[in-house]
Amino acid sequence: MTSTTDERDLKAASAVRGRSLWDDARDRLLANKAAVTSMVVLVAVAIACFIGPLLSPHDYDEVYREYVKVPASLEPYPRADQVTPEIESVLRRARVTVDELTVESGNFTARISSPRKIDPRVTRYIDRSDLFENAEIYDFSADEKSATVRADVKTLYFFFGTDSNGRDLMTRTLIAGRVSLTIGLLATFVAIAIGVVYGAVSGYLGGRVDLLMMRIVDILYSLPFIFFVILLVVFFGRNFVLMFIAVGAVEWLDMARIVRGQTLSLKRQEFVQAAEALGVDNAGVLKRHIIPNTLGQVVIYMTLLVPKVILLESFLSFLGLGVQEPMTSWGVLISEGSRNVQGAAWMLIFPSIFLTSTLFALNFIGDGLRDALDPKDR
Amino acid sequence: MTVKDTNDRGAVLDIRRLTVDFDTPTGTVKAVRGVDISVSKGETVAIVGESGSGKSQTMMAAMGLLAENGRTKGEVLYRGDDILGLPAKRLNRIRGAKITMIFQEPMTSLDPLYTIERQLCEPMVEHGGYSWSAAKKRALELLQLVQIPSPEGKLKGYPHELSGGQRQRVMIAMSLANDPDVLIADEPTTALDVTTQARILELLADLQKRLGMAVVFITHDLGIVRQIADRVYVMKDGEVVEEGEAESLLTSPKHPYTKMLLDAEPEGRKDAVPDNRPIVLEGQKLSVAFDIGGGFLKAPQVLKAVDDVTLTVREGQTLGIVGESGSGKSTLGRALLQLLPHQGRVRFSGHDISNAGKREMRPLRREMQLVFQDPFGSLSPRMTVGQIVTEGLLVHEPGLSAKERDKRACKVLEEVSLDPVMRNRYPHEFSGGQRQRIAIARTMVLKPKLVVLDEPTSALDRTIQKQIVELLRKLQADHGLTYLFISHDLAVVRALADQVMVMQHGRIVEAGETEAIFEHPVKDYTRELIAAAWQNLEPISGN
Repeated sequence: MTSTTDERDLKAASAVRGRSLWDDARDRLLANKAAVTSMVVLVAVAIACFIGPLLSPHDYDEVYREYVKVPASLEPYPRADQVTPEIESVLRRARVTVDELTVESGNFTARISSPRKIDPRVTRYIDRSDLFENAEIYDFSADEKSATVRADVKTLYFFFGTDSNGRDLMTRTLIAGRVSLTIGLLATFVAIAIGVVYGAVSGYLGGRVDLLMMRIVDILYSLPFIFFVILLVVFFGRNFVLMFIAVGAVEWLDMARIVRGQTLSLKRQEFVQAAEALGVDNAGVLKRHIIPNTLGQVVIYMTLLVPKVILLESFLSFLGLGVQEPMTSWGVLISEGSRNVQGAAWMLIFPSIFLTSTLFALNFIGDGLRDALDPKDR
Repeated sequence: MTVKDTNDRGAVLDIRRLTVDFDTPTGTVKAVRGVDISVSKGETVAIVGESGSGKSQTMMAAMGLLAENGRTKGEVLYRGDDILGLPAKRLNRIRGAKITMIFQEPMTSLDPLYTIERQLCEPMVEHGGYSWSAAKKRALELLQLVQIPSPEGKLKGYPHELSGGQRQRVMIAMSLANDPDVLIADEPTTALDVTTQARILELLADLQKRLGMAVVFITHDLGIVRQIADRVYVMKDGEVVEEGEAESLLTSPKHPYTKMLLDAEPEGRKDAVPDNRPIVLEGQKLSVAFDIGGGFLKAPQVLKAVDDVTLTVREGQTLGIVGESGSGKSTLGRALLQLLPHQGRVRFSGHDISNAGKREMRPLRREMQLVFQDPFGSLSPRMTVGQIVTEGLLVHEPGLSAKERDKRACKVLEEVSLDPVMRNRYPHEFSGGQRQRIAIARTMVLKPKLVVLDEPTSALDRTIQKQIVELLRKLQADHGLTYLFISHDLAVVRALADQVMVMQHGRIVEAGETEAIFEHPVKDYTRELIAAAWQNLEPISGN
């Protein structure tokens, strides 16, 4: 007797792992070139958005007054022709006269003089400029009315240019990506969590409960979305959390209907009836049989919902109902960019590239998932 | 010898060295490995084999109907021309016109949105060069040819207004529209009731005699072969293992596989159970009614699916409930298990459980179980076999640890002769017979008293059926189970049941001891059922 139990334990250890439908779907998805490329793009964008701002030398809200709306460039700023006028203007502000100026690459030395004694704090005027750093003053003449100042020229890179307040657009685009992706994912998550549970319960219980639950959905559907968001903003002020609650609270309606439809057909399936005949309660049937079998559809819908939510957020931000300055999102950046498109096209182009490539990637992944999860040749 | 002769006479359809491979993510599957099959004019050839033997894929490949990942090699000669791998445009001149096909499932082969007339006429107008008025006339002729009652009325009807047998007749009419040379029938009667099946077979035989076409009949049922075929090919694992004249092949099979197929009739009779055993299940004046339509202004319409049925089952007994589809036998089974609201009384082991609520029923569910017909639909596709089998334990023994449940799963899988190593696999990785074993294991893990078996063998091959019948018999003997066996398959019922109840239109037509009913049926309906079933089987059981 003991030997058979031992044998059984041995078998338990060496049990063959089966291939679930999810495994099959994953293989099919990985065979889909467009979907795999899209996933790589999406992961790259996500990593850039979440890690990029930490590595960037600029803060997303750091204003460079000397670099307002400078074009995108791989060359460092300041440009050679910018340095001399800036030195002159800075020193004029310090009320000293420049007698002699030598500009080398990376630093400059100037002999300055003044009718009064030169205050060593002149260097602060220089350091205050975004172009220079490490200013020092030495070689005072005996009467302290002339001296030599030198300072390093601060080299800065603005790969995406700067916006109309002189903030680095690259950092801002990446920060905006954080906001957009987070809202996209969180709002979708909220929508799906509510929608799946609501739809599955409504569809499975059926009858009067279903009728009541679905009428509630119908009523919510008839509320105009923008009106709803404006109301929320008026009552609670503009707020990041509010954004995805608002979006999620509207988008779950679709999800609930989709899942309800799925559930209606699933509950006629024999495996659900078999579970009922085993005496499994409603919660068990929903948890083990209904919801796992709707997940295929849900995942597909999710990849289509994320771009929809990102667009919605962009739309709200475009209208001025979204996130607040200096925090930003792709929608806000694009809206600013579109106002400046004539003089500063880069302000529109870069955020747009990020937004559209993310949306493209998500849509391709959605398509790939649809093919992978319900292949027609089965 | 005669086989050679027909070949020389010039076959209408000649398949030579056909191979079919499927590319799957897990490697190449060789579905058909070099098959030679030929059919001559006016001849009926049957291809016999179990599911997965490649019999359907052979003909699908010949017709260019394979799934996308299929590859073919060899030759398919239609009147001497190789049609294998022809572009769809040229193939369509032959396929659907000169070589036509009818499928197993008459429910899904017709488009529910169009009238029968439209569906019959469209291919004639598109491919046959008929005008619409000529096509309509021809459609009527065809329906008369396939002997549909009141064909004029049926032309204007939609598919859902026809019964399964009538739909299959329409499909046959459709395939005859352009005077085909070859008719390929892929299990055309498998989804039908025995009585309907017999009539469809008669029709096919009659049509062939009159129209003189060649018929390729794909089936797993040797009873049909005996009745209809001139020559037989037996296929196994993608190869033809035996071929020959139907008569000689069926009476003196050479290959062991053919012998096994012929021997697959469920055997044995059940030993009677003494009358003094306690009554397990008792139903008195049971009725189940469904609302069908009616509404605000119309009077509600009610369909009585089960009408005034009374039955008693004693411990260890098997009650067979037989009848055609729509006779209410499945509904009765579900009503007895309190899965449907009903009128009348049901007593289970002395408790009155009539219309008991879900909560009151839960402790009793463990003792009364249900096995379904469709082994593909009754297992949740996203759960492993181990999870499926032990789900009942989650409900009825919530205290068990995961390890303990796993152990029980192993034990019960062994009991239904499945390797417990397989318990982490998913249902789609199993064959139909194995799935049915899993479904049985799911009920056995709870050690029930009563099991309602709703057509548990109908979707399976004969040989698998026999194994399942053996398994059910063994489990009944080991655990003293009581069965309620619902089936339209009289041979299986005869092998398993002590008592038989014949149902028609929701009422009991006749009930009594199994042998008494089968040997001396009293009612016409019972006689008709038995005649239809044994018409197919008699020559074989005579062996």
